[in-house]
Amino acid sequence: MPYDPRLVQPMREEMVRMGARELTTVAEVDSALGDPKGTTLVFVNSVCGCAAGNARPALAHALKQVAKPDQVVTVFAGQDIEATARARQFFADYQPSSPSMALFKDGEVVHFVHRHQIEGRAPQAVAADLVAAFERHCAKTQAA
Amino acid sequence: MTGHVFHPGHQELHGVTVVLDTTGGLTHVGRFHEQNDRGVLLHDVGSHDPSTAGTSREEFLRRTLKFGIRVDHRHLVVPGDEVAGITPLGGMTL
Repeated sequence: MPYDPRLVQPMREEMVRMGARELTTVAEVDSALGDPKGTTLVFVNSVCGCAAGNARPALAHALKQVAKPDQVVTVFAGQDIEATARARQFFADYQPSSPSMALFKDGEVVHFVHRHQIEGRAPQAVAADLVAAFERHCAKTQAA
Repeated sequence: MTGHVFHPGHQELHGVTVVLDTTGGLTHVGRFHEQNDRGVLLHDVGSHDPSTAGTSREEFLRRTLKFGIRVDHRHLVVPGDEVAGITPLGGMTL
């Protein structure tokens, strides 16, 4: 059962503040992920304070660097259920977990961050991994 | 660890994805909920039985690290006297 929307609203707003676009419907997911050109980061948001409470600030920090994805989108696990299920179909090789992050380049998943790679780690450590992935996969797009 | 927003007062490993090895040779990977008189309660658990899996424990864990947990049990209680060890998955290197 989804949490009270008022409870999760600050977690949605945290994503929007860092520049992520919320995808709340299947149509929005298809529109955002259907075009395979460029780089896209999908953040699967979660109410879990243990992991998502670190993952959101980590991503916010990583997005302040020069190299970053062309677009950042987010679905909310347990809240926007159909949109989340649809998004996960685009990275179906990876088992569902939340929070998690999938970085696409030209339609292919080139980097994936599972929940277990976030738990117990400081946001700075998670951010460092993201920055490295962005520099590896997104830098050329930024320079073009 | 920061951000225990929804989990006040829980045990240290609560919410953490762990590898639980049993004295019988099974390996379970799942989200630790709690340890109580009945044993250890895990959520969203993938299990490896070397007698039937056809792959080694290491291969099972390597695949889990890369692709995530393929869930066999939504909830699983492992009796305390069958627990040989518990290790956070995120801290494992293979």
